[in-house]
Formats: sequence, C-alpha cells, structure tokens
Amino acid sequence: MRSDRSQSAPLGIKIAAAVGLAFLHLPILLIFVYAFTTEEKSYQWPPPGLTTQWFAATWARPDVWQALGLSVQVAAISTAIALVLGTLCAAAVSQTRFFGREAISLLVILPIALPGIITGIALRSAFSLAEIPFSFWTIVLGHATFCVVVVYNNAVARFRRTSGSLIEASMDLGADGFQTFRHVILPNIGTALLAGGMLAFALSFDEVIVTTFTAGQQQTLPIWMLEELVRPRQRPVTNVVAMVVVLATLLPILAAYYLTREGDQIAGAGK
Amino acid sequence: MSVQAVSGASDVAAAILPRRGGFAGALSDLLWRKPGLLLFLMLAPPLLWLGVVYIGSLIALLAQSFFSIDEFSGLISRELTLKTYGDLFQPANLDIIVRTVTMAALVTLASAVVAFPIAYYAARYARGKWKALFYLGVMLPLWSSYLVKVYAWKLILAKEGILTWVFAKLHLSWLLDGWLSLPVVGGNSLSVSFTGTFIVFVYVWLPFMILPIQAALERVPGNLVEASSDLGASPGQTFRNVLFPLALPGIVAGSIFTFSLTLGDYIIPQIIGTSRLFIGQAVYAQQGTAGNIPLAAAFTVVPIVIMGFYLWGAKRMGAFNAL
Repeated sequence: MRSDRSQSAPLGIKIAAAVGLAFLHLPILLIFVYAFTTEEKSYQWPPPGLTTQWFAATWARPDVWQALGLSVQVAAISTAIALVLGTLCAAAVSQTRFFGREAISLLVILPIALPGIITGIALRSAFSLAEIPFSFWTIVLGHATFCVVVVYNNAVARFRRTSGSLIEASMDLGADGFQTFRHVILPNIGTALLAGGMLAFALSFDEVIVTTFTAGQQQTLPIWMLEELVRPRQRPVTNVVAMVVVLATLLPILAAYYLTREGDQIAGAGK
Repeated sequence: MSVQAVSGASDVAAAILPRRGGFAGALSDLLWRKPGLLLFLMLAPPLLWLGVVYIGSLIALLAQSFFSIDEFSGLISRELTLKTYGDLFQPANLDIIVRTVTMAALVTLASAVVAFPIAYYAARYARGKWKALFYLGVMLPLWSSYLVKVYAWKLILAKEGILTWVFAKLHLSWLLDGWLSLPVVGGNSLSVSFTGTFIVFVYVWLPFMILPIQAALERVPGNLVEASSDLGASPGQTFRNVLFPLALPGIVAGSIFTFSLTLGDYIIPQIIGTSRLFIGQAVYAQQGTAGNIPLAAAFTVVPIVIMGFYLWGAKRMGAFNAL
C-alpha cells in the first residue's frame, strides 16, 4: 500500500470539504421542512407549526396534475427520440473513422455547451419564421435536441469498452447484422442506454430555460414552478411540489449511478 | 471495430458464404458489404435533426441580428445593416454586458475556491465507501431540479427566512445590516441584492466546478506531493508550485461551465436579485415584451463571442483533456 493512501487529511481540508458539502445539501433539505409548515403568506423561519394538510391540498389541484402529465409525456417522448439519435450517433462515431468525426461530437455537445437561452430563442425565432404554431411537439423538438448529448456520452463510453472483435465473432458464427445487434450489441450497451435514458428523462423533466421559449401557453411542471417563483400565490403547494420534484429526480440519478459505476465513465459526470 | 480494415476481406467472404435469404438477410448483407452505406444510415437521422433543427435555427437567429427594427412602426425591416450592433453598444446595453461578465468572473473565482477543498479531499483522501459518498454528494445536487434549488434559496434569503434568523441568534444582525447597507452589493434584503444573486449562482454551478477539478487532481501522483515536502517545501509552497499548476487545467475546464452558464442565465437574476438586467434577461425582454428580435439576437452574439475566445484560450491551456 502506498504511504499517501493511509494518510489522513489535514484538519483544514476536512473542515473546508465538509462545509462545502453541507453548503450543497442543506438548502435542498430545507425544502423538506417548508413542505410541512403551517405558514401560508411568507417564508417565515422557524415554521410556526407543522402540518400535513398541504399534501392533500396539492393532491386535489388539477393544474398541478396537468402540468405533471405534460412534463412526463414530453420527457418520455424526448427521451425516446434522444435514445435513437444518440445511440446511432455514438455507434457511428466510435465504430468507424471518417472525415468530420470531431465536428460531429462538437455538434452533439453544442446544444448544452451554449447557454440555454440561445438554444431557446433560436428555436423560437425559427418557429416564428417558419410559422409553426406552439404545440406539444415544439416542446419535444427542443428537449430532444439537448437530450441527445446525455445518451450519446453514455453510449460512446460503453462502445469504447466493447471490443469490436465480439461483433466480428458473431458475424463469423453466421449471425446476420440484425441478429448481431439483437444478441451481441444490445446486451452490451443495454445498461449504458438505460442510464443515459434516465438522465435524459431527468434533464427534460427539469428543463425550464428552453421550454419557456417553445411552450407557448402550455405549462410543464417547471414552468408552473417558475410562475409561482415570479408571482408567489400558492406558497404551501409550491413547497410540496418542490419536495416531490426533489424525490422524483433522486431515484433515476441513483439508479443511473448504480447501473454505470463499474464503468470507466460514470453517467452524468458532464451534465 | 474498424470497418475499413474489414471491408477488403468482405469480398472474399461474399464468395465463400451463401447469400442469406429474405429481405432482412439481404439488407444485412448489403450493409456489411457497403460500410459506407451503413455509416450514412446511422449518421443521417442525428445529423438531420441536429443540423437542420438546431444549426438551422442558430443561423436563422444570427442572421436576424443583421436586421433592424423600425423605431416608429415597430416592424422589423429585413435589410442587412449593422444598425442593431450600433444599438448594442449604447451605454445602457454596455452596462448590462459589463455587469454580466463581472458577475460571471466573480462567480467563477468563488466556485473555484469553494470547490477545490471538496475536489481535493475526494481525489486524494476519500477511499471506498467515502469516495462513492462524495461522488453522489456532488452528483445529487448537480442533477436536482434547477428551479427547486433557486426556490430553496428564495426561502433562505428572504427577509423573514432562515439566514436572518441565524444572524440574529448569533447576535450578528449588525453585520448583515451593515453589509446590506453597502452601495452596490447591498439592498433591501439579501433576496433582492447582487450578493444574493452571486450566492445562488455559486451554489447552482458549484458541482460543475468540482467534477473537473477532481478529475485533474486524481491524475496527480501522490508521491509528487511527498517529494515536494521531502525537498523541504512547506505545504503552502507545495500547493503553489506543484498542486495548483497541475490542477489548473481542471479549474479552467470547470470555469468554462460556470462562466458560460452565468452568462446565459436569466432566471436566477430575475427571481433573486435587483431590477438591473443581465444579458439573459435583456435577451428575454427584447424578444418578448419589446418585440425587438434583432437586438435580442445581437445580444446573444455577445456570450457566443466571449465563449468562443474563452474556449480557444482553454484549449491552449489543455483544459479539454480534463473535461
């Protein structure tokens, strides 16, 4: 064992790291407390009392359910599109060498490398130039564009670890291209795709910047929250929704982590 | 697999193996014999989507920055002109640009300072279970809902919120009030001051800084640090002369995110901050209420140009290898 492994950290570093991690987590935990507060009109701390009535109140709100439904539908369809496009692109880039290969990886990354507002306004002005009215599909169009990169990153990392000779062996043993894809390639990249898909879903489910430009009058859950943030009307309901959103994004992230932790690159390392 | 290497051999294979029956078999054979066609079929859908939908929209947007708006009718005239760029450099708009870039620079510096110890501990001391815990400890806030995070800070920074309460309990209210009475950084309460905007920006982008620094530090062999102290360097000297230069590409890689994301954000300064605009808000206001798409487009060129130079500089420093 190398000596530097057994050393323990200087106290200063320990404290700074602990404070940093606390800074990252305490604000999110605070949401959980506020979901139970009896205070309706302000963000008063400490909460004057605790209650669970806001959960029932939120449950009975049709607008929250509608926004949630739209978000889930958009995220599901965008993820499906991103899975197909991202996997195709990753397969092409990692399995072959061709002119312009670098440019293609740049093209895939660009939608999240540039600030979201640029993607959003570009799409919006393109819709208005082409006279496309806002609809469910304009939201999906925007979301799928930036979800491709998450699937792509995960799939590329896995393809790099999958040996090409496996595919050749399958072909040598008489399988055709589709059989090889079904029985050799898919089982190999399956968990990477699942992880990428879950991250894409989480990314789309949470997206607000691009969505404000492509949604028109429709409300996804993040847009509903944004309205409440700008003009607070239903503070207790917002608290409960925020808490549910935290819990709902927690699970896919943990699942994606456990699916890919054996790998050389862990899902989501570059959001 | 290298398709090119195999393509020469496939002629031979075709002579030995019988053709497969059926449409799927024939298609499969065709794709195996013509890897170029397979490549084309694989690349066409993603390239059509990204190339047409995304790049097309971007070009359409940038083209509109060369149009101008008629000040009297409010209509957009589709003649190429540099007038909109002239408007962009009016003092009021320059103020917005300077304010945003300053904020982005400060946020980047602060995130680097806060991120370094976390990344350093995770890379050098955390092992096994702790390592996984640290990793998830950074990943969970990174992937948590952006709006929920901003909302949490609205709760924290509110005048009646927890931070005011903590300061009061510690008998430090005078410190908070003193800070809030300062001219530029202060305000009525933290949630309507630049200080608040700054804290929230640092909070929201911090994980983007931690991960690349950690990746860079993990590549520093531990015995380099030991050698440095064996040769008589103090911990401070080791940090300055050994660790920091080796971590720098990671810091620059992280700063690409913190800088770019701060430049383009319009939601955080709208919810937590003063009424003075940032670039993102200016874009949003120009395209929305003002209906001045050309000026909004010209505004978006600013972050694109800044990030272009930034990426160019970062590439020269080798930051891309640390991504």
